[in-house]
Amino acid sequence: MVKVEINGQVVEAREGDMLIDVADSASISIPRFCYHKKLSIAANCRMCLVDVEGAWKAVPACATPVTDGMKVNTRSPKAIAAQKAVMEFLLINHPLDCPICDQGGECELQDVAMDYGDDVSQYSEAKRIVGDRNVGSLIQTDMTRCIHCTRCVRFGQEIAGLKELGATGRSEWMEIGTYIEKSIDSELSGNMIDLCPVGALTNKPFRYKARSWELKAHPTVAPHDSIGSNIFVHTRNGEVMRVVPRENEAINETWIADRDRFSCEALHSADRLTQPKVKAEGHWSSMDWSLALQVTVEKLKPYLANPEQIAILLSPNSTLEEVYLVKKLANALGINNIEHRLRQQDFSADQYGINQTLAMRLADVEALDSVLVIGGHLRKDLPLLNNRLRKAQLNGCEVNVVNPSGLDYNLGIEHQVDTLSLVSELASILKAANELVDQDNQVELAAVTFNATHTAIANSLIKGKKSALMLGLIAQADVHYSKILQLASQLAQTTGSSFSDLPAFSNTVGANLILASNSADLTNWLANGKKVFINVGIEPEFDCLLADQALRAMQQAELVINLTAFDSVSQQNYADIMLPIAIFAENAGTLVNIQQDWQSFKLFASAKGEAKPAWKVLRVLGNMFDLEGFDYTNTAEVLAEIKALNLSIKQPDYQCNLDLSVITPTPSSLVPCYSVDGMVRRSPALQATPDAQLTNPLN
Amino acid sequence: MVELNLCCYRNNHLDKSWDIDTYISQGGYQVWKQVLSGELTPQEIIDEVKVSNLRGRGGAGFPTGLKWSFMNRHSPGQKYIVCNSDESEPGTCKDRDIMRYNPHQLIEGMAIAGYVIGASVGYNYIRGEFWEPYDRFTRAIMQAREAGMLGNNILGSGWDFDLNTHQGAGAYICGEETALLESIEGKKGQPRFKPPFPASYGLYGKPTTINNTETLASIPMILAKGGDWFAKLGVPGAGGTKLFSMSGHLEKPANYEIPMGTPFKDLLSLAGGVWKGRELKAVIPGGSSTAVLPADKALAMNMDYDSIAKAGSFLGAGSVIVMDDQTDMVKSLERLTWFYYDESCGQCTPCREGTGWMYRVVKRIRQGKGRPEDIETLKDVSGKITGRVICGLGDAAAIPVASFLQHFEHEFRHYIDHGCSIFDRA
Repeated sequence: MVKVEINGQVVEAREGDMLIDVADSASISIPRFCYHKKLSIAANCRMCLVDVEGAWKAVPACATPVTDGMKVNTRSPKAIAAQKAVMEFLLINHPLDCPICDQGGECELQDVAMDYGDDVSQYSEAKRIVGDRNVGSLIQTDMTRCIHCTRCVRFGQEIAGLKELGATGRSEWMEIGTYIEKSIDSELSGNMIDLCPVGALTNKPFRYKARSWELKAHPTVAPHDSIGSNIFVHTRNGEVMRVVPRENEAINETWIADRDRFSCEALHSADRLTQPKVKAEGHWSSMDWSLALQVTVEKLKPYLANPEQIAILLSPNSTLEEVYLVKKLANALGINNIEHRLRQQDFSADQYGINQTLAMRLADVEALDSVLVIGGHLRKDLPLLNNRLRKAQLNGCEVNVVNPSGLDYNLGIEHQVDTLSLVSELASILKAANELVDQDNQVELAAVTFNATHTAIANSLIKGKKSALMLGLIAQADVHYSKILQLASQLAQTTGSSFSDLPAFSNTVGANLILASNSADLTNWLANGKKVFINVGIEPEFDCLLADQALRAMQQAELVINLTAFDSVSQQNYADIMLPIAIFAENAGTLVNIQQDWQSFKLFASAKGEAKPAWKVLRVLGNMFDLEGFDYTNTAEVLAEIKALNLSIKQPDYQCNLDLSVITPTPSSLVPCYSVDGMVRRSPALQATPDAQLTNPLN
Repeated sequence: MVELNLCCYRNNHLDKSWDIDTYISQGGYQVWKQVLSGELTPQEIIDEVKVSNLRGRGGAGFPTGLKWSFMNRHSPGQKYIVCNSDESEPGTCKDRDIMRYNPHQLIEGMAIAGYVIGASVGYNYIRGEFWEPYDRFTRAIMQAREAGMLGNNILGSGWDFDLNTHQGAGAYICGEETALLESIEGKKGQPRFKPPFPASYGLYGKPTTINNTETLASIPMILAKGGDWFAKLGVPGAGGTKLFSMSGHLEKPANYEIPMGTPFKDLLSLAGGVWKGRELKAVIPGGSSTAVLPADKALAMNMDYDSIAKAGSFLGAGSVIVMDDQTDMVKSLERLTWFYYDESCGQCTPCREGTGWMYRVVKRIRQGKGRPEDIETLKDVSGKITGRVICGLGDAAAIPVASFLQHFEHEFRHYIDHGCSIFDRA
């Protein structure tokens, strides 16, 4: 530790820390534009020039390491003169269009100019004008406003792993752009909007929708993947306007995926179901809630005599409270068929237990030195886990993948096995690993062969001090998922690696906790049909892996009750009752993320039309069935009841009794990342990106 | 009488002076052989270079021996020696003639420098507009390889050294050493923030020494004739001869190699004096980035670091731009400010924004649209750039503006007051 004196205040710091960080930690503010704690140092904006005793000129605080006894003044005449000079230079070519600029009111340049700028410019020459480029549906450019801090460029190179933006030209003609006009396609691209200190890159769907000072920020959690990214939802008069990241170093750092940012558009979709609707003799009629729920109860009652005939399909993005109440209500009515793992078809490993979690904290992923990803397109499915993995890889971690071909990686892959049969390749790697550690190869692996790549992957896991196996969404959708689980857990054991069967959706972990004890056989329900389906927060024809079967099952069922936020033609076709539910910011509840953080969030936006949070609907249904224990007044009471159950995940013990002879290569299925849930599917901006155009590239 | 061409240009008068046979006939590669045979240790070479008082010829004038001693020859990993032949300072063309007429002396100098710092690979970064020098130098490398002076296990010594040329693409900024490294790496030519300095984090992140062409080409002669010989050619603060590119309003503009400390008057007469019998008005002694001096100060100075500094300017790269009494200083500055405006890399704010501002104001004055406050604005802007930028370009852009205004403010005033130059008075 060294002692540094800043403005007369003695601050302790580690030697070599940059002056700007040391000052920040002591709450001494130094103006800056190009500096960002998550990006490399560029020292190009020169705004953070400060006065260091002994240096003849002012030095940039972002690029000056502290030394013991260093005396710094951030407010001396020399420092102020330098900061003001830089401010003046930044402003001479910056347009005075703040009144029509979306960044106005939350603009770093505006803020700093309040302190360091002059009222009137002494610059009277013509200002620079830069032509705009269309970079896609998510980011609006206005490059005349650019101050060339290169944060966006560095973000692409260092975080997103895609060099989509760069600087071309020099001097005043230096421009930030894509060079050849193209869209910015990174799944994390929206973060550039936050990084841009001015209005050069702004949120395109949000453009001209509201001014920053009209907005109220509410902390909540993003409901589109299992990361549970922390976000702020900005509302105006109770209406959700946009989403921005909320810093949480342990979860999402300062980033969010584009899905989390742009899907809030769906709240205002024309598809929103705003009133309960009931079908009678082929005609839909809107009715009020009490009547609609009465009809629901009446229609359901005849089937309760034989509850085996009823199945409930539940969104894996439902809150913990909703899952719990669904189960409580269902079980009280004798219904045991509840499933949320809609993108899975092989449930035979359930008998050993279910554990879909990350076997470590997200931050620990960065410290891994060997990782094998099996059947997972992490970049698109769990972008921020992939971001951690990318950091590990840049630090020397060997990343190997066994995946279907055609996937696009943004990190260095050591060995890439492209295959139609995850299970065969996995068996080969396991056999190679067994040989490497001189373990007897089991009888069931007798017929398995392996090659040098399999050995290399196995060896990488064995010699890694912190090695990990990760199963992704593609593996979970595999027809041989249970065998993959068995092989992978064995491989993890043999190689001394941790094993994570990664949860994909925002409450997969929570739903598993609550529903683990329920018998489930989704594949069978869909193939053979049920008389009654109750769908909560899903569109079976899009959210089920076996979509065609699901649609057919719905069409053939006698009664389909949908608790849904969205109306659609196909639902109108097969459903009998549609009850509008509140989603996202219109709801309160708890989500359990990939590393088992229970994150509760509050309600702060008014629901569309007469939509109600699903937990309230379930509560009223409980009352109408005259069931005990449905008298909650808020989600906190439900949560307290759940917590009292002390639910915990039991580590599954996968028995290995494999029959690998029947394995036939089956094409894997990939969920395009902008089709994962109803909200994402209804964000026009996301749907206009190349990622949304991507249907299953494997077929 | 000034003695000419004692070091870098010593062979230039010979027929086919760029040929390896010519060079060898003049004693070339003897020092390299001595070094390889172990007769001269790296430490002895550094000591000799320190004795010679050789200061970097690229413009900054940093002592070469000291620079080399920053490198740890025995540290593991690749190291590089890089020669800066970007030579893009307006007014300079001295290194061009080393590569055209005496390329092997540069190769020998780079090989020795590489040996001293422990670099087995060297790069010569040659200005993009130089085709002939690039061609000559590249051919010279091939000859040197054929003659066994470069390559693996040179002359059985167990030492490897090879050279590469890299042609620039026409950016002034790539003469800045870290921008030059970026350019060799295939990136956009933009200076790096320092520290770290190239001696610890240079080309491809490896320890690197970067020297100017003239500096490296002087090495073989220093070692052949002794550091003392070289030092005595010059003045106490700076040894040796120096190449001066004499350009502007002269009867005989050319490159001249003369001993350090030669009076400017003598250099001027070597170049045939001011052309057309006119009077001297002003001199930029070290290339466009150094301050302009009025005639009286220039005529009183000697061509060495201290004397020029005392006169109020800088020796720089030895690029002497001579202006006669018919020169319009406002037009001259307009062209110079355009140059820096055009060549700023655009990376850091004061230079990117300030160079364009200065150019626009000077241009407006020259167009007869100057305003009374313009001179103050120019002084203010040039002062605000100085010392607040990543590399020297911003400072270099500010110096001409400040010095032209310091010595010739009345010409700018005339434009502002009358809308025309002092020569249009009638």
